[in-house]
Amino acid sequence: MNQIVPATTRQGSHEILSTEDHEEFVTMFIEGQMFGIPVLMVQDVLGPQKITRIPLAPPEVAGSLNLRGRIVTAIDVRLRLRLPAHNEEAGDAMSVVVDMRGELYSLRVDSVGEVLSLPAAKFERNPPTLDPLWREFSTGIYRLENKLLVVLDVPRLLDFTKSEAV
Amino acid sequence: MDDLLSEFLTETSESLSTLDVELVKLEQNPEPKILSNIFRLVHTIKGTCGFLGLPRLETVAHAGENVLGKFRDGELQVTPGAVTLILNCLDRIKMILGHIEATEAEPEGDDKDLIAQLNAAAEGRVQEASPAPAAEPAPAPVVEPEPAAPEPAVPPAAQAAPEHEPEHVEAPVPVAAPTPVAPSTALAAPTPTEVPKESAVAAQTIRVNVELLENLMTLVSELVLTRNQLLQMVRGNDDSEFATPLQRLSHITTDLQEGVMKTRMQPIGNAWAKLPRIVRDLSVEMNKKIDLQMIGAETELDRQVLELIKDPLTHMVRNSADHGLESTNERRLIGKPEVGKIVLNAYHEGGHIIIEIADDGRGLNIARIRQKVAANGLATEGELEQMNDQQVAQYIFRAGFSTAEKVTSVSGRGVGMDVVRTNIEKIGGTIELKTQQGKGTSFIIKIPLTLAIVSALIVECAGERFAIPQISVLELVRTTANSEHGIEVINNAPVLRLRDRLLPLVSLRTLLRLGGDAGERGETFIVVTQVGAYTFGIIVDRVFDTEEIVVKPVAPILRHISMFSGNTILGDGSVIMILDPNGIAGSTGEIVGGSQATAEASTSRDLHAEDRQSLLVFRAGGIDLKGVPLALVARLEEIEVGQIEHSHGKPVVQYRGKLMPLVTIDGSFDVRTEGRQPVLVFADRERSMGLVVDEIVDIVEERLKVELSVDQPGLIGTAVVSGKATDIIDAGFYLTQAWGDWFGSPDQEFQGDTEAKRILLVDDSPFFRNLLTPLLSVAGYEVTSVDSADKALSLRESGDNFDAIISDIEMPGMDGFDFAQAVRSEGRWAKIPMVALSSHATEKDFERGREVGFTDYVAKFDRDALLQTLAQSLSAKGAA
Repeated sequence: MNQIVPATTRQGSHEILSTEDHEEFVTMFIEGQMFGIPVLMVQDVLGPQKITRIPLAPPEVAGSLNLRGRIVTAIDVRLRLRLPAHNEEAGDAMSVVVDMRGELYSLRVDSVGEVLSLPAAKFERNPPTLDPLWREFSTGIYRLENKLLVVLDVPRLLDFTKSEAV
Repeated sequence: MDDLLSEFLTETSESLSTLDVELVKLEQNPEPKILSNIFRLVHTIKGTCGFLGLPRLETVAHAGENVLGKFRDGELQVTPGAVTLILNCLDRIKMILGHIEATEAEPEGDDKDLIAQLNAAAEGRVQEASPAPAAEPAPAPVVEPEPAAPEPAVPPAAQAAPEHEPEHVEAPVPVAAPTPVAPSTALAAPTPTEVPKESAVAAQTIRVNVELLENLMTLVSELVLTRNQLLQMVRGNDDSEFATPLQRLSHITTDLQEGVMKTRMQPIGNAWAKLPRIVRDLSVEMNKKIDLQMIGAETELDRQVLELIKDPLTHMVRNSADHGLESTNERRLIGKPEVGKIVLNAYHEGGHIIIEIADDGRGLNIARIRQKVAANGLATEGELEQMNDQQVAQYIFRAGFSTAEKVTSVSGRGVGMDVVRTNIEKIGGTIELKTQQGKGTSFIIKIPLTLAIVSALIVECAGERFAIPQISVLELVRTTANSEHGIEVINNAPVLRLRDRLLPLVSLRTLLRLGGDAGERGETFIVVTQVGAYTFGIIVDRVFDTEEIVVKPVAPILRHISMFSGNTILGDGSVIMILDPNGIAGSTGEIVGGSQATAEASTSRDLHAEDRQSLLVFRAGGIDLKGVPLALVARLEEIEVGQIEHSHGKPVVQYRGKLMPLVTIDGSFDVRTEGRQPVLVFADRERSMGLVVDEIVDIVEERLKVELSVDQPGLIGTAVVSGKATDIIDAGFYLTQAWGDWFGSPDQEFQGDTEAKRILLVDDSPFFRNLLTPLLSVAGYEVTSVDSADKALSLRESGDNFDAIISDIEMPGMDGFDFAQAVRSEGRWAKIPMVALSSHATEKDFERGREVGFTDYVAKFDRDALLQTLAQSLSAKGAA
């Protein structure tokens, strides 16, 4: 089973990436782990924001905030990835704003790094030993010099229909 | 000019410019797709002229259409000559249109020459030379691909659909329309002064894509918010150098906002235009004299709002004319003026439009509605008893109610009133109903001026701010711990005494699970909110001022939270959630007919509600709580102790002209010696019985699940009601105490099947449904009860499964025999045991019952026989 499914995934990713040799990612960090989002999805990078809590919303929804007159729903990526909640004293959280079908979402992470242009050759599918939840939210891994970058699958990260069912 | 005509002119002009372009395209590339589009456009023009009574235009269009038809069928080749001929035909149409626009009548003269040519062409005799009639201008320039018309070849259908690029302005189309001016001057030779006049008319209005307007509106809304934000910053800082320019900015913004809003405004008269005709037709048809008065037709409101209320208004006026008003004879007899009056009145009131529709007819027949409500199971008889007429009248807005054909024929209202209400609530409006028997009925619709900006009350709870749409807010009440307006609690349910009424309260903190401690705050505020006819209070910590807000939909991942209708950005730039009073009312259990979705939800909830029962909780013969299904209780009475008499040693009381036996819960007779004695009155048909109780505690709605069965006569068992163990009494037992023959009373031992078998109970009498449901559930069955065979069959359609069916025989509509046949004839229920219940238990009935498929037949009052039969049938089924 494991051999069949990831194999097709890899094929698919190769198809996407083979059109371009390099893809650019905005990097960010949670608990020291590097994550990446395709740069074209990113609208904005924000510092600490005033966030309005939304009662009755899923716990991963941190609230909503005002970005130049548009309402952005803030998602706490830590909670989404089942990591311990953000420690307020550890410093100010940053957010990456992405556009999903016309709606804006801000992904709250620990910090945001530089933009990297990564060659397709360094891309690899998720190792089967990766936590199933992380595998769900990741399209694959890039091997960097001294780090590994997990590519976040933003549409899945923002698809709350599954987690609601759970 | 007549609205219809001017609409026709605009539309046809548009079609004609499209046609010009399309025809040229066709000439270059005779594709069937282009051809069919052309054919369709010409056909539409022809059809509309026929409808509007423009014979000359019609014949010309008809002749042109013939030729196009031949093209389409492949009988004629598309040649430049033929196309020229069609273009000539279009020019003639334009000429006639130009004349109609100027004079509202077709020009004199005929088009024999052109029609002859067209007919000849249709017969295949195309004259390539295309001899245009002498009076006609040279066709050649017309064949040019109309550089004047910037509009690309978009068929009207596509124009009606929202354009993808909002920047796309369709304005030039109607402007291009008066291009026929040139040929028309040449042919019909209207006086030169008329020409500039008609172009002026066309130039005064332009068509703008609605999406563009929406976009503008959104931008202006943002501007308003930014302005508010700036104002807030400068406030309290009077000497700021920004103050003056900001003041001007503020004025301009307000003007701009009003201006943009005006672009979307239309007089409400547009929605009324068809009404006089409808009323006239009805008055002729029904032989009534009706005077329709329309006041305030010039009141303007948002186009979108207008579209949505058009149909409801028409519907209500039709209702008033059709059913509300009495016939002329009837009116004369009761001394009313012969001419019935329907008054439509529209006016502005503080950011809202109020529309009143009033008639001076007979009013709603409240008694009839009561009956129907009870029959439809929308409320129990007990609940109905407690409602006043206005509350009862509200039922005409209920979704299920409209299908009741009897109400409409008697009381007049009903059909579609739920749709009316749904439509109005969709746009954030409310509808109120006032009716007075014999005096008339009036509806008052309150709708927001525009949907984009609403005024909202900002409140705070647990440190979070929320907006409540102002339209739902009736008043604000401030309570402090020691004020006379204190919040009182009935079994954890907070209520407030407000002007001699008990107002149910909802704590926002609890509702939204905000956490934190309501604590020892000195004061709280209650926002008295109205949704439909339901008024309730929302408990909040603080109330700020009202603000104009722009409602924005919440993110898709939050749409499932029914408490919020949207979110918005306040003047200070923070995001705030907008509470949805409908959702809040819904969560408190009050079913409010809202949108289509809620209507659906309420039907499913209705079904669910049948599982829930209202229980009357009381104390009698001890401190234990006792409960009885409220529906079984006919009335709650307090009887003067002095009135209690004795007959055969048993206490009786004269009640409503009859003797009513009194029974106590434990058989002893220990009534109060003075004062008033509370009594639960059970009634069925002619008989009634009073159960003497010590104290009536509460009425609660619970899913009745008897947990403990007890071996004590008179008790069904013990159930948990509102978290407390409550003995459910067996009303049947006390009925037999009072009237020995109320039921058959054989005391047989019965061993029930302990597995939870599902039973469907079909009986039109609420009394028996309520009696049998607890009885069966204590015997270990899971009971679903419905009041008609039709409902039972619809359960079959929706996929419900049961282990057995108990059905009454005498029922209105489909009776038990037919029902059994329907069940047996097909479907998943064909093999389920069915037990007939009837008060007629003759041998012949038994026979007939078996013939149609009933497994067994039980006399209605023989409870034990029923249980036994049921057990036998089920075990027989299990064995089979």
